[in-house]
Amino acid sequence: MAKIKEELGLGAGTNKALTGNEAVAYAMRQINPDVVAAYPITPATEIVQIYSQYVADGLVNTEFVAVESEHSAMSATIGASAAGARAMTATSSQGLALMWEMLYIAAGLRLPIVMPEVNRALSAPINIHGDHSDTMGARDSGWIQIYSENSQEAYDNLIQAVRIAEHPEVMLPTMVTMDGFIISHAMEVVRVLDDADVTNFIGTYKPERYLLDVDHPFTMGGLDFTDYYFEHRRSLAEPMFHAKNYILEIAEEFEKKFGRKYGLLEDYRMDDAEYAVIVIGSTAGTAKTAVDDLRAKGIKAGVVKIRVFRPFPFEEIKDAISGCKAVAVMDRSDGLAGVGGPVFAEVRSAICDETKKPLTMNYIYGLGGRDIDTEMIKSVYRDLQEAAATGRRTLVNYLGVRE
Amino acid sequence: MANIKELAKQREKISPGHRACSGCLAPTIVRMLGMAAGDTPIVVSNATGCLEVVTTIFPYTAWNVPFIHSAFENAAATISGVEAAYRSLKKQGKYDKEVKFVAFGGDGGTYDIGLQSLSGAAERGHNMVYVCYNNEAYMNTGIQRSSATPKYGSTTTSPSGKVEPGKKQYPKDLTQIMVAHNIPYVAQGVPSMWNDLVTKFQKALQTDGPAFVNVLQPCRLGWAFPAEEGVQIGRDAVDTCVWPLYEVDNGEYRLTYKPREKKPVEVYLKQQTKFRHLFRPGGEEAIAEIQKWVDERWEKLLKLAGEG
Repeated sequence: MAKIKEELGLGAGTNKALTGNEAVAYAMRQINPDVVAAYPITPATEIVQIYSQYVADGLVNTEFVAVESEHSAMSATIGASAAGARAMTATSSQGLALMWEMLYIAAGLRLPIVMPEVNRALSAPINIHGDHSDTMGARDSGWIQIYSENSQEAYDNLIQAVRIAEHPEVMLPTMVTMDGFIISHAMEVVRVLDDADVTNFIGTYKPERYLLDVDHPFTMGGLDFTDYYFEHRRSLAEPMFHAKNYILEIAEEFEKKFGRKYGLLEDYRMDDAEYAVIVIGSTAGTAKTAVDDLRAKGIKAGVVKIRVFRPFPFEEIKDAISGCKAVAVMDRSDGLAGVGGPVFAEVRSAICDETKKPLTMNYIYGLGGRDIDTEMIKSVYRDLQEAAATGRRTLVNYLGVRE
Repeated sequence: MANIKELAKQREKISPGHRACSGCLAPTIVRMLGMAAGDTPIVVSNATGCLEVVTTIFPYTAWNVPFIHSAFENAAATISGVEAAYRSLKKQGKYDKEVKFVAFGGDGGTYDIGLQSLSGAAERGHNMVYVCYNNEAYMNTGIQRSSATPKYGSTTTSPSGKVEPGKKQYPKDLTQIMVAHNIPYVAQGVPSMWNDLVTKFQKALQTDGPAFVNVLQPCRLGWAFPAEEGVQIGRDAVDTCVWPLYEVDNGEYRLTYKPREKKPVEVYLKQQTKFRHLFRPGGEEAIAEIQKWVDERWEKLLKLAGEG
């Protein structure tokens, strides 16, 4: 039986039919943090709701703090983490926006908070559906960002995130995202690990310094003037530079124990690919299907899925697309920068020093939960082929919008 | 009742050498809280503001107790997380000390930007003492009006001028707002009455659940008086009944100090530059209005405390 599972590439665990939110709540139960402080927001509400029931049923040791806002959710999580507890919260969209100030502070104080984030559009207009505007806006807050293609990844990523955040050489807050509704509310088969396996994998949290260590008082969050601020921010950049080594190390251990492989990126049929789409989140699955169809027709198409966006895997991206003729970068948020979306800017920056580099185009798509299907993605590959053939292209494109 | 000989023996929770203005009473309030805590360990959360800025300039700290500052509007939410961690670890048998949790915020960080966070933490019933050091304006940023600034108070964003009389609104009654949260202990104090304040802090620290103490802190910078006058001005605030000393202990009102002779408000107002414009010709009406407002509120309080 174990061998069959291995052959199917499913890895360890038991099959359960779970939505993304359920899978994440299930992982949280297994992580069993000391404190969860959270506030409801669509489409992440279920996570908090299911978790509250775990607390009510005595399935976890968690002290659940039902705060009055997301700002307080992150503030209380910061307080709990600083106190020496393993602390988590969950949010989405406007909730993340309201946390903004505290996201930077959680990172600046080097608190290993782990947060599932359900991607949802930002107002205005108000919209509850999935896009990446919320977390893309938080990309420079000092948080590690891991994006998930499906419920299984959200589950596995969240468990690994605890190890990543708490790694002594990292000590950075980490968010694990999944697309609102598309993943959070869609039921899939998820292979969940045994509780004991998760407990053993994440280990216990042993902070070096913590507020409840009253015999060794220290001051956290003091004031820096021009003489120290820069050094402290520089020391914050350091773990972000090195985090990818530890992310990979932890992924390797996860694979060894549970048989599911994770990297910074996922290359799909990229070995000899001439045309590639770079994509984040659930659309990666759609793109893979489109690529299978195109490959059947002899078109050398591939997909690069970015799993870890912070730290940005610039070398890996560069290597992944170095053999391509043309590459489309898909952005599920519009940076409103005047030059395309945020993923586009970073991918272009990753390859800018190369003498031989693919032609790149940007596609902003799926805002506010607008559907994206295989036909739309195939049209992107057609554009890439044409651009490669003619050398003519539109740099920034909007896909699936009425104009 | 606090015993000054005993209090003097307590290890200071905040050390000298911080950068507060000479004559600043905010560190005095912290010292009194520390004396009240005695040997009980405390963890402190502090809103952004004067107190945080003058005590934590890296690489120095004036705090001898675990201290966290994260932002301006969230001292209560932050301490609520610390306290939740404490309860969780205790419940799991991972921690065995008895600790008290204290948050300090100025009036800006409490009456205004931090009100939601305070209200939420109070409603959730965290075991915490929230101390507002209320100097009636945003002193750290340079004396801007807050919702604690008294009517006719001249600040840099409610200046008195040729057509404006200073702040046009009465201050919010935050003490009453906290009473309305039905938390177990709410009090008003002033550092000038040290015994009264330390006793209130002792009660607050012994409270099981949220306690809120609103402390009027005469500010030598923002109210502009000589450094040595702060204590006297605080006493005048109490003797004029502008800032009555009372507590609401599990819903029971009690006046903790009743002036033998109620002084006219001018005694208190005239010492502060923010009211200087009221002492020019034409200001009498405003002073009379303040007197009437103070009298009415005092009478109301006497009734609530069963003394009316």
